[in-house]
Amino acid sequence: MGFITNLINGISLGSVYAIIALGYTMVYGIAKMLNFAHGDVIMVGGYICFIAMFNLGLPPIVAVLLSIVGCTCLGIVVERLAYKPLREAPSLAVLITAIGVSYFLQNSALLIWGADPKAFRSVVDLPSIKLFGGQLTVSPISIVTVLACVVIMVGLTLFTSRTKMGKAMRACSEDKGAAQLMGINVNTTISMVFAIGSGLAAIAGVLLCSTYPTLMPTTGSLPGIKAFTAAVIGGIGSIPGAALGGILLGIIEIFAKAYIGTQLADAIVFAVLIVVLLIRPAGLLGKEIHEKV
Amino acid sequence: MPRTEGTYKAQSERATGVTPQAEQAPQTQQEEPAHKGRQRTKMVAPPNNYLVPERDALLTPVLECRHLGIDFGGLKAVEDLNLMVGKTEIAGLIGPNGAGKTTVFNLLTKVYQPTRGTILLDGQDTAGMDTARVSREGIARTFQNIRLFDSLTVEDNVKIGLHNRVDCGMWSGIFRMPRYWLSEKEFHDRALELLDVFNMADNANDIAGSLPYGAQRRLEIVRALATGPKLLLLDEPAAGMNPVETEELMENIVKIRDDFQIAVLLIEHDMDLVMGICEGIVVLNFGKVIAKGTPEEIQANPQVVEAYLGKQD
Amino acid sequence: MDRLKNLSRASKDNLITYAMVIVAFVVMQALASMHAISSSMIGLLVPITAYICLAISLNLVVGISGELSLGHAGFMSVGAFTGLVAAHILAPMVANDGLRLMLSMVVAGGFAALAGVLVGIPVMRLQGDYLAIVTLAFGEIIKNLLNNLYVGFDGALHFSMKDTTSLGMNGGKVLINGPQGAVGIDKLSTFTAGFLLVLFTLFVVTNLVDSRSGRAIMAVRDNRIAAESVGIDTTKYRLMAFVVAAALAGMAGALYAMNFSSIVPKKFDFNTSILILVFVVLGGMGNIRGGIISAALLTILPEKLRFIGDFRMLIYAVVLICVMLFSNNAAVRMAIDGLRERFTRKDDDAALADDVKGGGAHA
Repeated sequence: MGFITNLINGISLGSVYAIIALGYTMVYGIAKMLNFAHGDVIMVGGYICFIAMFNLGLPPIVAVLLSIVGCTCLGIVVERLAYKPLREAPSLAVLITAIGVSYFLQNSALLIWGADPKAFRSVVDLPSIKLFGGQLTVSPISIVTVLACVVIMVGLTLFTSRTKMGKAMRACSEDKGAAQLMGINVNTTISMVFAIGSGLAAIAGVLLCSTYPTLMPTTGSLPGIKAFTAAVIGGIGSIPGAALGGILLGIIEIFAKAYIGTQLADAIVFAVLIVVLLIRPAGLLGKEIHEKV
Repeated sequence: MPRTEGTYKAQSERATGVTPQAEQAPQTQQEEPAHKGRQRTKMVAPPNNYLVPERDALLTPVLECRHLGIDFGGLKAVEDLNLMVGKTEIAGLIGPNGAGKTTVFNLLTKVYQPTRGTILLDGQDTAGMDTARVSREGIARTFQNIRLFDSLTVEDNVKIGLHNRVDCGMWSGIFRMPRYWLSEKEFHDRALELLDVFNMADNANDIAGSLPYGAQRRLEIVRALATGPKLLLLDEPAAGMNPVETEELMENIVKIRDDFQIAVLLIEHDMDLVMGICEGIVVLNFGKVIAKGTPEEIQANPQVVEAYLGKQD
Repeated sequence: MDRLKNLSRASKDNLITYAMVIVAFVVMQALASMHAISSSMIGLLVPITAYICLAISLNLVVGISGELSLGHAGFMSVGAFTGLVAAHILAPMVANDGLRLMLSMVVAGGFAALAGVLVGIPVMRLQGDYLAIVTLAFGEIIKNLLNNLYVGFDGALHFSMKDTTSLGMNGGKVLINGPQGAVGIDKLSTFTAGFLLVLFTLFVVTNLVDSRSGRAIMAVRDNRIAAESVGIDTTKYRLMAFVVAAALAGMAGALYAMNFSSIVPKKFDFNTSILILVFVVLGGMGNIRGGIISAALLTILPEKLRFIGDFRMLIYAVVLICVMLFSNNAAVRMAIDGLRERFTRKDDDAALADDVKGGGAHA
């Protein structure tokens, strides 16, 4: 039963990674930048939800919605102020700016909410489900997390393939110049991607804090880096790749923690990334692009 | 290498600028003498539609491609390319846009690994070599979209071309051993000597990326020459040059061949240049050779005219 | 005098950098001897020199070789801990502290170079952002492994990946204690030692850049395909830059560690790698002098901002973002270029003359 419990926990954690990874992968696909501040948007999402639920006493569903709206706005503002002026700049400059934004968000959170961890209570207030005569306990938040991941995946896939905005996004990720010539507003499209990615980060933040109930200004960094790793494993730019990479990483992490040791779990996660990239340099589901000579 | 009659036929049908023997080839094995045991086979010289300048005929050709081909997915970008370049020949590779000319250069320099066929460089099979190794074995090239080391000086660009011809290891370089000072002097002297070929020695300290377009093209040729090639591949060397510059370039290409005694294979759309200096010309269309011959033969070839202008009724 | 005139622009640039470092050292030494600087500033002197070395060495990878490395702190930590172990083992044999520090740094550099080779071989199969993320992963792996490493010395070295008891020690001292790191370090590092290491790092990197190998490294950066086409083994030279930088980072790590009485592996995490990268990028990629200046200023800045308490890291973040925005936005850059033109009219005239000459050949 321990195996199945670990598997469920792994899939649940992996679903959170997958949702974060979607944000990374969409932003990378369209803006070709590593948005290092993405992990900290998760943390902001967690705090907004926390404040709404415990300080304002709002019902969980409203708190979650508020958190999504807040992060979406944050994503758009950050993109407009920090990234948009650097559209033509070398990618390293954008990367450093993203790191600056990440520091900024972390330290703002530190100033506003303090360094001491907040005890987050799960947004899903239901009793655990006991199976096989109590041998297997499944927490409701795991189920909600996995369901949320599935819904988001299906929704995003439909969005990018069926809607006009989704098609515009795919066009921009292929060739921004050509998309612009076809009458697509590239700036709006990029803002839209940041908005969606940040909204997803808010959901991920709430789910993550509900499963691992400590909230600090640095809560988002490590999950952020791991989710980014997941996006790369799956093939950055690919939506199914992000889901696959996220869930794979979650399962590997939980099993490594259970059977090898907590200390080495992260090392194993990163080792998997390296092995995958050496075998498939563009990730599991990524397309390899060759330079034209 | 075993060859079947079928291939000969196919080849001689495709090739138009063929030698007389090649045209006779399909007529072999008509008579069958009754003989006990071994059938008496008529032996002939193999048809060979290669052309090289007379002065190079008895020397090992610097380049020979046999049945060279590459597929990109389902597309046969280059198919059954047979080509020979003599030791000191200036050869031209022409064809309409998208015919696969640059792909041939990429195959010769192993930027792409060929799907089929053999490339012999000075008689040596280059199978399994990578781009850097092919360069060391003696093929140098320039690029259609200029590829200089933009942030470095003109002199440094040439010195990098000389990389494998002057030796100085990492430790000698870091700790400034005598080897370093000797090698740097040699690098400097040889770089300036090579730049003099195109009268560019005065620009030695300019940043390569800031040079005018024509000068960048010339620098690319100098850098390629610096590697000490046996065969120099020039991809549209006159692109973006005005007629005066092109005229100068033509003189320089001939001068390079004469001074360095190497072969040149060039891709060019400027027909004045091609017809003016190329001794042998190969015409490519849809990845296949549609004609070979001297400039005069090519100009008179109806298939070439058709490939460039479309079918004339 | 004639010889000075004949020096290339790059060599002149390097001489200015050396002069700047030496002057800064002399001034700081003088100020310290006159007690004109605060004790917190004095405490920063060795870390500043270590960060300068790290910035110079990372510049070799990011600026000169053109690969984004996000795991430089990993090599720093390998050097730090191997250096500590070496210093402890050498203690009874080498009486002179300076010599012992130097030997330890050589050991540290050697092990960091070894780590650089082991990491570099797989890393060099990748390019661009993928290479960056794999260096990040290796940095984290090194940190995690060190978090699980226990080393003791009782006349012979004992290793364990479990805990201190499984070291099976016979007296002696536990040198590296897993996540607790190393304690009771001999504080061998001095400002002078740091200054000498800066000079050495500068010497290695500038000399390497201005040599056959350095040109090959820069050729690969500027145009990989063209570099291959002139017969350069691109993997070899990318790896060379990576390993030399790792070795130098290891030496700086040893210097850094031996400035404190205790040090933990967590100190050398992703954030430290990013910090070093920020020095390099703000100083201007490939611009070694700029990297030195920004490493020094950015190490002092948070210290000087201490009076505003919790706001200091926020200010740091804002400064970082603003500098990137201002230095990379086209409109701002044009304004700066305009100013520069005004000040360097003379050089421009020469450039103009060259242009005319080039144009003459053109027509």
